[in-house]
Amino acid sequence: MQIYRSHVLVCGGTGCTSSNSEKIIKEFEVQLSKEKIDNEVKVVKTGCFGLCAQGPVVVVYPEGAMYTMVKVEDVKDIVSEHLVKGRIVKRLLPKDNMDIDKDDASLEKVEFFKKQVRIALRNCGVINPEDIDEYIAFDGYKALGKVLTEMTPDQVIDSVKKSGLRGRGGGGFPTGLKWEFTAKSQNQQKYVLCNADEGDPGAFMDRSVLEGDPHSVIEAMTIAGYAVGASQGYIYVRAEYPIAVKRLQIAIKQAKEYGLLGNNIFDSGFSFDLEIRLGAGAFVCGEETALMTSIEGKRGEPRPRPPFPAVKGLWQKPTLLNNVETYANIPVIFLKGAEWFASIGTAKSKGTKVFALGGKINNTGLVEVPMGTTMREVIYEIGGGIPNGKKFKAAQTGGPSGGCIPASHIDVPIDYDSLIELGSMMGSGGLIVMDEDNCMVDIAKFFLEFTVDESCGKCPPCRIGTKRMLEILERITDGKGEEGDIEKLEILAKNIKASALCGLGQTAPNPVLSTLRYFRNEYEAHVKDKKCLAGVCKSLMRYVIQPDACKKCGICARNCPVNCIEGDKTKAYVIDQEKCIKCGTCMEKCPFKAIFKNA
Amino acid sequence: MGDNMCCCGSADVMDQKLQEIIERYKDTNGALIPVLHEAQELYGYLPMEVQMKISEGLGITLSEIYGVVTFYTQFSLKPKGKNRISVCLGTACYVKGANHILDKLKEKLGIEVGDCTEDGKFSLDACRCIGACGLAPVMMINDDVYGRLTPDEIEGIIEKYKNRQD
Repeated sequence: MQIYRSHVLVCGGTGCTSSNSEKIIKEFEVQLSKEKIDNEVKVVKTGCFGLCAQGPVVVVYPEGAMYTMVKVEDVKDIVSEHLVKGRIVKRLLPKDNMDIDKDDASLEKVEFFKKQVRIALRNCGVINPEDIDEYIAFDGYKALGKVLTEMTPDQVIDSVKKSGLRGRGGGGFPTGLKWEFTAKSQNQQKYVLCNADEGDPGAFMDRSVLEGDPHSVIEAMTIAGYAVGASQGYIYVRAEYPIAVKRLQIAIKQAKEYGLLGNNIFDSGFSFDLEIRLGAGAFVCGEETALMTSIEGKRGEPRPRPPFPAVKGLWQKPTLLNNVETYANIPVIFLKGAEWFASIGTAKSKGTKVFALGGKINNTGLVEVPMGTTMREVIYEIGGGIPNGKKFKAAQTGGPSGGCIPASHIDVPIDYDSLIELGSMMGSGGLIVMDEDNCMVDIAKFFLEFTVDESCGKCPPCRIGTKRMLEILERITDGKGEEGDIEKLEILAKNIKASALCGLGQTAPNPVLSTLRYFRNEYEAHVKDKKCLAGVCKSLMRYVIQPDACKKCGICARNCPVNCIEGDKTKAYVIDQEKCIKCGTCMEKCPFKAIFKNA
Repeated sequence: MGDNMCCCGSADVMDQKLQEIIERYKDTNGALIPVLHEAQELYGYLPMEVQMKISEGLGITLSEIYGVVTFYTQFSLKPKGKNRISVCLGTACYVKGANHILDKLKEKLGIEVGDCTEDGKFSLDACRCIGACGLAPVMMINDDVYGRLTPDEIEGIIEKYKNRQD
């Protein structure tokens, strides 16, 4: 085996790939062979490091120096300076890491990583996900070996129960119990499924795990198969994630070649096979019964429960379904012990949670923190705060099923129960930060548009009810809100929650209820004063030219697409509010900043 | 996704390829969705004739197939443009102004979401999260991702594709 003195890890996640990391890898190979050190330094394409905001990311070991926003032109410097001469290229280090010397340039010193604990993401950004040997070198498939050769299915389920692991897909149901229910169902044929249909817009945790560490999911599903007595598994993955699908295919193929999937694994007599099924773009298919209907090849409509999937699931057989992040935790529970896992987190929420930080935050990307970490720590210490000196307004968790956490509750410890108490939910892990420029009524409307679009249409409360709610919200943001609209929203929300068939419908009103709870004044301002305080809702805002600041150049009038600005060299220009379509072109084009948005 | 419609030969060749796809999945449980995925990759969309052939091949009624095709957003009954533009309207992109990007595209192309320009050069779609939230707001043209967009950049990007002679 070839020994290398240095390893260059280049992020090959979706974020960094779209900012050219493929070309960077090629350039490294060119430069390394030019310097004739290509047999001493190995270039590895890894999964996501998490710091997507500063991608493409390159890490050079053994120093662990992390280079951010690397351009193809920078590769030459990294090779000739760092890899040939041993000098860190300081200009490419992350900003909060600038003034340190070579001995201390390691990843852990970067503010973004300091408070993180990586269990589900343990291998992301560390190994080459397309090479099973690298996974095995990091204790991969060791848990499976231990389970199959030393433990009974009951003991396996017991360990998962003891770990306190709860479902990471949204609801937070205890994983061990789910396994136990499925194990107790008597049937010749059972199935183990993985929900990788990450539909929450603004969440990409599962994608990063699949892209960065696909074998951990395969290993965990095989363990689950052994525990519940299933010999066949399916991974239901979004078709929108081509890189994840490709790496899963490679991983399954390699696992089969190594005998880690297939017949008689580890000579234990246990056989397990795995197939990938592609989703086709329907949010409702993240709901467990709808996902199973979709794998069966039908319209992905949910079924009433009971019977629960543990009794009658896919093709009417007992079925276990967990999501990607839940599975990614499983091997570690067996490697380090259930007690170890249970020692992390809070009383009722054990372990860690991965969040996809997005929106108005400096360090957008992927973070994994122990349960109980406060929202403030995640947003300010790891996330680096709000850009452009703006004020934090709210954080949205749980996507279209969740709610907002306002600034007044920013010190809430993040765990399942605290978030529910505040009217939001953990959800799958999307965490979108909003600042003072975001209108909360508009955000509620955005989520309702999403649910109306994605409602499968099977049950009337969701199909018709959410549509009515959206119509009211459209009226309000259009400046046509009427007295009593807010109360109508509340009544509809309550009824839909009580009567919808599946989780999608039952939680669809949450974004409205939660913004009403914390930002009722914004709703009232829209309805009563016809004002959008954040200046987002077009119908409620006007563009105005400040007469004193106007230099009468006429650039605004020439650029106006509807010719609604008049004036000449002698008098200041004026916008005809009747004709204005509020496109904002005039404000954009005015060289003297004389045009303002007026709420 | 396949490059485009009818790029790989005559109707007969396409038909033969479709039969091969059907044959490959015929005995699989839940074959319909994988077959539709591959058929769409082959034709660029799923016209009625293709759905009819799949119906015959798999022994599933046309009404059921049409039901599935119209249920999932990935499947399209209309042909797509030579250049497929898709603007992400996920939450992270939305709070960073993805709707302004979409408005600008509609204005420049003169089409609505879901439509194709008359010359067949561009089609415009909105999608829910491509998972590049770190680069929000984001759009995709064919397989290229454009991140950290501002409305001013749109015109230049469109021009680049307009003049492409391939």
